[in-house]
Amino acid sequence: MQLIIEQFPIVIRSLNIGFLQTLKLFFVTLIGAFPLGLVIAFGSMSHFRPLRYFSRFLVWIIRGTPLMIQLLIFYYFPGLVLHTPIWGSGESGRFLAASISFILNYACYFSEIYRGGIQSIPVGQTEAGLVLGMTKSQIFFRVKLLQMIKRIVPPMSNEIITLVKDTSLSRIIALQEIIWAGQSFLKGSQGISGAIWPLFFTAVYYLIWNGLLTTLLGCLEKRLDYFK
Amino acid sequence: MAILEVQHIQKTFEKTQVLKDISFSMEKGQTVSIIGSSGSGKTTLLRCLNFLERPDSGMIRVNGETLFDSSVPAAGKEREIRRKRLHFGLVFQSFNLFPQYTALQNVMLAGQLLAKEMPDYKIHKKEKLLAIEQQAKDLLGQMGLSDRMDNYPHQLSGGQCQRVAIARALALTPDILCFDEPTSALDPELTGEVLHVIRELASKETTMIIVTHEMAFARDVADHVIFMDDGTILEQGSPKDVIEHPKEERTRQFLSRFHQETH
Repeated sequence: MQLIIEQFPIVIRSLNIGFLQTLKLFFVTLIGAFPLGLVIAFGSMSHFRPLRYFSRFLVWIIRGTPLMIQLLIFYYFPGLVLHTPIWGSGESGRFLAASISFILNYACYFSEIYRGGIQSIPVGQTEAGLVLGMTKSQIFFRVKLLQMIKRIVPPMSNEIITLVKDTSLSRIIALQEIIWAGQSFLKGSQGISGAIWPLFFTAVYYLIWNGLLTTLLGCLEKRLDYFK
Repeated sequence: MAILEVQHIQKTFEKTQVLKDISFSMEKGQTVSIIGSSGSGKTTLLRCLNFLERPDSGMIRVNGETLFDSSVPAAGKEREIRRKRLHFGLVFQSFNLFPQYTALQNVMLAGQLLAKEMPDYKIHKKEKLLAIEQQAKDLLGQMGLSDRMDNYPHQLSGGQCQRVAIARALALTPDILCFDEPTSALDPELTGEVLHVIRELASKETTMIIVTHEMAFARDVADHVIFMDDGTILEQGSPKDVIEHPKEERTRQFLSRFHQETH
């Protein structure tokens, strides 16, 4: 116990730095995957067959394989197989590869949630807009979008919370996120070695962050409760 | 001159011919009721008039302006269709109010969006928006909903929702207001209040086409009744002729239940 108290400040400093990288990956993924998911959703609903087939094929591949394998392929394939290391070396290269893998992966999941949200809105809403002389984009933005958001907030919350924990998969390409930071004290770092507790302690970070997100998303859900 | 002329409209879905050569016309200020069993093509006809379906052949003319003519290659630009649509209003069976807007906002929305497209919108923005709001309030007042303007659709009864939907359609001052079974989703009590406002509109000479299963209402309110069967107009004329003294056996058969109940 005495030992842990001595180690605590050193470990926390490292975990904080790691968690910052975790958060960076989390936000970059959301910022990229929200719009890209919408594009893929429209693609998979398109009347233009090649586009529809391509979008659905992409979603099938990405959802059908583990994110961990996608990370490995994205990171190593260009350099080791094609001999053109596009990611650059070091932490920034790993972060770039991880970001792209996560954005693509989450965009595919989001696209299916968007698609469900859009398709669950009764066709009568579109027809009411049409007979009132609205354009298709006015119908989407002024009539359907908010109804769609209301419907997708609960499944989106689920995905967002899963994403917080999924960021830990980037440990596989040695991105220096919080799991990597916790693990470093097992092998030895800053005079501490053989300590397993920092790795266990990372769970507290995930738990607190997800608690915050759950509250925030719950508030959003409540704010949209004014209509049915 | 007839306000609406419909000539030889045909429409086929997959392999089923839903409309087989429909022709009729109506005068300004008239109320036309379309009756007939489910699946006879009544709703499809209304949807063709509102450009929600495109007829395979035929012609639709409003105030002498040809809005649709299948022999002319489709000028099917969205902009054009939107403009033509505004000759008609449509009240749906299931109301289709926008749930995230209040009753008042539902009535104002389309008008506000159309006003934005006017070239002088920026200069007269305030006056225009005020005029739209005043008109919407007046319409809701006419519908007996002055105290419900700030309610959301889910806070209103079915009858109140349908009255908001009627106000919403009237806000764009269509030449012809169409009703697609406006009371079929309502219980008898709520049906009464909706029929009441349609009666008032008829007394103010609003030009209307009403698809309905309410025979007594059709008989009382309509100037002209059309009986549709299997995609054709089997019989049409004054309510007295068609509903009280139908010539065709099929019409008699369709109306037999109604006559049993009233006699």
